Amino acid sequence: MAQESYSGKGSKGGWYGRPGTVRKVVVGLCIVCGLFLGIDLVFWITGFDKHPYFKWQTWPGFQAAFGFVACVLLVLVAKHVLRPLVMRGEDYYEKDERGPEEK
Amino acid sequence: MEAAIPPSLIYFIGALLVPLFRGRARQVFAVLVPLVGFLYYFSLNAALKADGVINPVTGAKELFLWTHQLLDFQLVLGRIDGWSLIFYNIFALLGIIGIIYNLKGNSALELSAGLLYAGAALGAVMAGDLITMFVFWELLTVGAILLILSRNTARANRAAYRYFLIHVLGGVILLAGLGLHIQETGSIAFGKIGLSGMGSWLIFIGLGINCAWPVVGAWLTDTYPEASVGGLIFMATFTTKTAVFVLARTFPGEEALIWIGIVMAVVPLFYAVISNDLRRVLAYCLINQVGFMVIGIGIGTALSLNGTAAHAYCHILYKALLFMSIGAVMYRTGTSRATDLGGLVRSMPFTCACCAIGALSTSFPFFCGFVSKAMILSAAAKGGEVAAWLAMMFGAAAVFHQAGLKVTYFAFFSRDSGIRCQDAPGNMKIAMGLTALVSIVVGTFPHATLYKMLPEAASYEPYTVGHVTDQITLLAFASLAFALMILAGVYPAEVRSVNLDAGWIYRKGGRGFYWVMDKSLNAINRGAHATFIGGFAKWLTRTLNAAPTELLCWLLTPYWKLRGLSATEMKQHQDQLRLKSQFGAFPIGVTACLAVFLLALLILLA
Repeated sequence: MAQESYSGKGSKGGWYGRPGTVRKVVVGLCIVCGLFLGIDLVFWITGFDKHPYFKWQTWPGFQAAFGFVACVLLVLVAKHVLRPLVMRGEDYYEKDERGPEEK
Repeated sequence: MEAAIPPSLIYFIGALLVPLFRGRARQVFAVLVPLVGFLYYFSLNAALKADGVINPVTGAKELFLWTHQLLDFQLVLGRIDGWSLIFYNIFALLGIIGIIYNLKGNSALELSAGLLYAGAALGAVMAGDLITMFVFWELLTVGAILLILSRNTARANRAAYRYFLIHVLGGVILLAGLGLHIQETGSIAFGKIGLSGMGSWLIFIGLGINCAWPVVGAWLTDTYPEASVGGLIFMATFTTKTAVFVLARTFPGEEALIWIGIVMAVVPLFYAVISNDLRRVLAYCLINQVGFMVIGIGIGTALSLNGTAAHAYCHILYKALLFMSIGAVMYRTGTSRATDLGGLVRSMPFTCACCAIGALSTSFPFFCGFVSKAMILSAAAKGGEVAAWLAMMFGAAAVFHQAGLKVTYFAFFSRDSGIRCQDAPGNMKIAMGLTALVSIVVGTFPHATLYKMLPEAASYEPYTVGHVTDQITLLAFASLAFALMILAGVYPAEVRSVNLDAGWIYRKGGRGFYWVMDKSLNAINRGAHATFIGGFAKWLTRTLNAAPTELLCWLLTPYWKLRGLSATEMKQHQDQLRLKSQFGAFPIGVTACLAVFLLALLILLA
């Protein structure tokens, strides 16, 4: 299950297996995100010309929000809308298609 | 200067000769063939510069080589211009990489099929007329089927059969369209066709099947995960991108393509999220990226068409890199299912690094996808195509999330699957390393490499401060969303399952079709059999057998009566006569009399 799958806790093997690595990765990611959100904000305040095509591209945090929301929506829609509709057993096609010698 | 034979022929001859070699000699020979093919690029490029003539319609330089007269038509095996050269370059490069990646197994079938496939793709992009294009187009299918069959499992054989049926259907539709088109226009020119009559629509749909359009493209995600580890590298490169090339030549600026591209860029990603097989995840993401190219063709401006050509080039590189990484995992572990993998970074660090480079190459600055994808987005924005722009922004973030993060994470990180294996074999490392290197060089120095090859006259600068920061922000937040969803347990657990898509139509629908045909046409057949073979024919035989005997009995009755025979004796005579006629056992005298009678009858009548 995904819940317990995020870390390699308890297993040996360099930086990856060490406890706390996941924490460091996530914290590092947050710092990067914060940094670029800050840059975006500075651009907006100083009126730096990013050569936007649409006016919403100049809104501070537009790219950040778009990236985050797009991915969350992608996963939630796939999980709660698409999967219940289309998921079937792994043998769904195979059971009809196998020849008699394979059954 | 015109070389003696067209390059595609070198690949075909190479494909035929590969099985004759053994061991190391086969490996060396198999690498030499695509190397020679790649060197052709430089001679073709030089020939275009030296002898190229300006095409009055497109305004671009072009050169026609290897022309042959067939009836009223002039077939051109080598139309050299910007479009054919950029596709030639990347196809020939991937030919080398694909062959190196396949060397370890040293299977004659895989190496031959790979060369055949590459030769067909090169032939198609060099084609100067529709007939030549169609011939090479169909050869692509042969290469692909051999590569699926080379996996040699019952599952793969069935997939190869489905691949064959769908592509034959596509080929027949395309052929019908070409026939109508050539008859209408009297020309086999491989140029802009545009949607106008029945013929052009059939061509459009026939091309769309190979281009993996929505619904008709379900063959791709159905069959790619069944191909052999090495074969998939060729498959992911040639078929769809040849279709993109032909569409760009024949239907540039066709608005329907924008909407088709939008659906392709968005819908497959949702399937990628819930797919367990990582090769299938990549296959869905492949359709998404081809969607970008289709949008670029639909917009039809010089910038968007350049974007399509550039993105085809870059996409081939990083998709091959991702497929090669997961292929290496599959080679070592025997599976590409997310549920069975995880924690492989310990065992396969080199492969993991290549996979990560492939992930970044989808759109991160200094990797190849960044310098190509943005051109199409830019062209969409300039053309005021808001829906296409939003769809591609969503696609860009989501494909990094799927093809990049999901695949890398579930194969190499995630939970520890307990699998301990060696890293990829040396030949695979060379192939992956080379691809990764090209991806970084193209991404970092686009003006010195990729942009020099672009076919249309439109310049583009990807490295502006705003573009770089915007793109990193988009991807950083996409990664943050991925990490937080994994940590919070929101990310859907991988489940061994089948997810229904349009492939259902022919996999189940095909059986339904079979059932309907069985019940309807076979019922007619059975009815006809019972009536004509069982009923009428039997009756006819019986009648023809019995009629002369009964006639004879009827004729002889007065004679028997004259002789004064009793009813029982007459019955006996009649039974005897019937028995004799049944076995054809008449006394010779009677037969002779009958024959004389018949002859007399004939002479009289004649």
